[in-house]
Amino acid sequence: MIEPFETRPHDVLVLGAGGAGLRAAIAAKDAGADVGLVCKSLLGKAHTVMAEGGIASSLANVDPQDGWQVHFADTMRGGKNLNNWHMVELFAKEAPERVYELEYWGAVFDRTPEGKIMQRAFGGHTYRRLCHVGDRTGLELIRTLQERVVALGIPVYMEVTATTLFTDGDRVAGAFGYFRKDGRFVLFPAKAIVLATGGWGKLYKYTSMSWESTGDGAALAYRAGALLQDMEMVQFHPTGMLWPPGVRGLLVTEGVRGEGGILKNSKGERFMERIDPVRKDLATRDVVARAIATEVAEGRGSPHGGVFLDISHRGADFIKRKLPNMYDQFESLANVDITKEPMEVYPTNHYTMGGVRVDAETGSSTLDGLFAAGEVACGLHGANRLGGNSLSDLLVFGKRAGDAAASFAKQRAAATVPEAAVADEQRRVCEPFSREDGENPFTLHRELQETMQQNVGIFRVESELRTALNDILTLQRRAKNVRASGSQIYNPGWHACFDVQNMLTLAEAIVRSAIERKESRGGHWRTDYPKPDPEYGGKNLVATRKDGAMRISTLPIPRMPTELAALVVEKT
Amino acid sequence: MAVQHTSAPAHSVAQAPIAQPLWWLQPLTVVAVLGGFSGYAFWSVVVAPSGYEFGNYLSPFYSPLIQLGFWPFSPAILIAGFPLLFRATCYYYRKAYYRSFFWDPPSCAIAELGSAKSKAAYRGESRFPLVLLNFHRFFLYAALVVVAFLWVDAARGFIFDGRLGLGLGSIVLLVNVVLLTAYTFSCHSLRHLVGGGLDCFSCSRARYSFWQMLSRINPNHGMFAWFSLFSVVAADLYVRLLSAGILTDLRFF
Amino acid sequence: MNESGQGSATLRVFRGDATGGEGREYRVETLPGMVVLDALHQIQAEQDQTLAVRWNCKAARCGSCSAEVNGRPRLLCKARLDEFVGTIDVQPMKTFPLIKDLVTDVSFNYEVNKRIQPFTPREPGPFRIMQEDVDRVQEFRKCIECFLCQDVCHVLREHGQYSAYFGPRYMVRMAALEMHPLDMADRREQLHGDAGVQYCNITKCCEELCPEHIHITDNAIIPLKERVADVRWDPLRWAIQRVTGKS
Repeated sequence: MIEPFETRPHDVLVLGAGGAGLRAAIAAKDAGADVGLVCKSLLGKAHTVMAEGGIASSLANVDPQDGWQVHFADTMRGGKNLNNWHMVELFAKEAPERVYELEYWGAVFDRTPEGKIMQRAFGGHTYRRLCHVGDRTGLELIRTLQERVVALGIPVYMEVTATTLFTDGDRVAGAFGYFRKDGRFVLFPAKAIVLATGGWGKLYKYTSMSWESTGDGAALAYRAGALLQDMEMVQFHPTGMLWPPGVRGLLVTEGVRGEGGILKNSKGERFMERIDPVRKDLATRDVVARAIATEVAEGRGSPHGGVFLDISHRGADFIKRKLPNMYDQFESLANVDITKEPMEVYPTNHYTMGGVRVDAETGSSTLDGLFAAGEVACGLHGANRLGGNSLSDLLVFGKRAGDAAASFAKQRAAATVPEAAVADEQRRVCEPFSREDGENPFTLHRELQETMQQNVGIFRVESELRTALNDILTLQRRAKNVRASGSQIYNPGWHACFDVQNMLTLAEAIVRSAIERKESRGGHWRTDYPKPDPEYGGKNLVATRKDGAMRISTLPIPRMPTELAALVVEKT
Repeated sequence: MAVQHTSAPAHSVAQAPIAQPLWWLQPLTVVAVLGGFSGYAFWSVVVAPSGYEFGNYLSPFYSPLIQLGFWPFSPAILIAGFPLLFRATCYYYRKAYYRSFFWDPPSCAIAELGSAKSKAAYRGESRFPLVLLNFHRFFLYAALVVVAFLWVDAARGFIFDGRLGLGLGSIVLLVNVVLLTAYTFSCHSLRHLVGGGLDCFSCSRARYSFWQMLSRINPNHGMFAWFSLFSVVAADLYVRLLSAGILTDLRFF
Repeated sequence: MNESGQGSATLRVFRGDATGGEGREYRVETLPGMVVLDALHQIQAEQDQTLAVRWNCKAARCGSCSAEVNGRPRLLCKARLDEFVGTIDVQPMKTFPLIKDLVTDVSFNYEVNKRIQPFTPREPGPFRIMQEDVDRVQEFRKCIECFLCQDVCHVLREHGQYSAYFGPRYMVRMAALEMHPLDMADRREQLHGDAGVQYCNITKCCEELCPEHIHITDNAIIPLKERVADVRWDPLRWAIQRVTGKS
């Protein structure tokens, strides 16, 4: 029997209200579409708030030599050429306009002495390029877009978990979910859907990500028939908090190094000078993270098994002005005064370069009417993301996906959501309550995190990856039997049932892709294949669902036009 | 546009008693000190209009000294009202007396007294008479004039029979006027008037610099409020004790 | 809990919904640096999956996990267990209607926010703005919308003036807009009107509790009151403007 549910039809439905989702909703609204915005938490709380360092955009306010060409080349090099070069091109060209637009909507960036938007240095960027607000740039971005969404009167459905996407033939037809607050079911029939649900850092035990980062969007898209690409490419941020254990994994912004912070091992050696004599501490994240892990593994680590990050030489005033959150975070959570003493850091899971395969210009996935933007999408960052490129990614491709979804919706008639499918989904979602003796979703999640942390980390090897795959497949079987107790009213145990199923799907894709890519490139480092292999460098790995099982196949990367290729070759 | 929750909060569920220790200590101290000061000020200004002057020393309550033939009462009544009203309408003192005298609120997240109905009658500073607190800046203007006179008095405190000198009284009056100046210049209204009302600081550099200076002392407004309160009483008392012959002024030269 | 932080702690957590509830005691194992939110997660994972608590980042950035610990409104992710002696009382915010356990319905805030006129730029971008012109605005924009100031504000909490006063959070937002050098909207009449700035009696609890250390009262509300006084309570200014013709 079908329980009553609300129906909220929209031309364009945006899932996720972080930077990409908000920007997509604004774009779709501006294009004249009727838009609905769905978020899993309250408006303005999405993981984007945690971005600290800045928005990479070649405004050339501080270093006049900068331009989109350099930004393009830096991004391609940082991504080890696995990137979708057309996406990178659009991205580098359009990022400045997106930043200025943000300012026009009320964002208040730090200023240069001439009154322009201030830019700071960051890893892998040739010039000072990150537009920032102290160390809380993400907050500024999300608040500005949030205020814009409110000003435009876009309806926002807060604290809604989307459990599935419905399809009508080969196109997407809507989404289904429930309000977390009271468990009410809701159907969102939509002509087009923009996924902007972010990443899946919660697969790992030590992560800088918030609870929302369970990868719902990517898992839903995969189940609906979209392709997942480059899933093995997981970024570990070099500097996460390490001590005390209660805060392990919390992000220490790259801005610390951007503002002059130095990494040292227990012997006081500035080891990055040895590893990358040119960029030193501001080498790309994959390089620094591996260097830190190596220092620790070879016995030159700090007391708690990390390395030291020191900014105290910049003086208390400077630190408190440019890095106020870092100061506060260490002061209140670790009793460390960073203006006087070094921080202890160790890499922490931070970003997923992989995700839904999309078209560069429109963000359209391989499923008709389904678009994706931001961290859930794949292509821009290749094998390794440069710091600061994520926030501009949200803006550039959020807008593009919103525009494209609106114009898609304009051209198409409404799709139909079959009633039987709704009833089936409702039954599936309620099942955890009906099990007398089932699995605890929190336990499954913890076991997943353990195996991912242990076996699918910075350094990978086939045997460990196989172990992880076995663990994941076992957990998937157990997850079919998850159990929830209590009522549907704000019930975290029930919510966790779907989170863990989604995460297990993505974990499988990560591990299968990681086994398949027998080379080392960017965020994917195989100790059994420690060199990049040009063969693999020319293709993306994609995960597809065939008869309920996951298949990994390869797709060739199209050749870069010569004028773009020339940009990357120069200066390498 | 209607707001969803128009009245009556919130939890129908009673919260367990709070465990904030000694929250009542601060309001009680404020009641004692402010009460004591008010009593003393009333006595000095209204009840005892004599002995407020001793040689070149003048009690701050009585400055500027306005002696009118037809005025049968204490001359301080003519003048002391302005600085007192400056304090009564001061943003810092408002916090102090709302919390301690009106228990509105007595301390943060501490339940207030009164029935639901009387609580709902709260109108803050939006109705008469509290709405008059908005005239704070006019009492500031008056207080600035008084402070100018007090500087003159403090200078006179260094001149003994036409010659420069230094007594303990000179120091007492000087410290008092310094504290009163600090209190007056750290005023929120003054901070607004000199520059806080501007949206573009870089468009008027002079006012911005002045605003910056005041912004540096403004966070200590409350501290200056208390210290200057004590110093006024101390100065008045010192002059009165000299005048009554109970103390002799300590002369350094 | 011993000095290394390893040991155990007891929490009394409010369990219930709008119809009623009570504090229930839980014992948790502690690690160094653990915060109240970690303890609640441990309870969820090991003792009671249904315990409702709202959270996102666990890094004091998102402002989701606001509640009252031993009677004091604060972020659960910043309340370290080793600060407390004895049983730790954890309750939901009092000012907002309860949904369940530690989760409250904070939609009041989002509704109020819709009524504020958004940023209204004076000129097309890109802007030239000096740092000193945005220092004040940047302080206000540090706000993480945890709503602890709204929770502790006695105008809402004790007096229930939900329809008369927007609350400290929205005074801060209005201050950020009013003091923006390139904003040309004038919100002073609204501040005096439905925003209800005069309902604040500047008792400063919002400022005391703000986890972002925003000087809500000194730098936002009082300056706004003064700006309202400029147009409503200053006959002298009015007269001078009439004479000089300046506005």
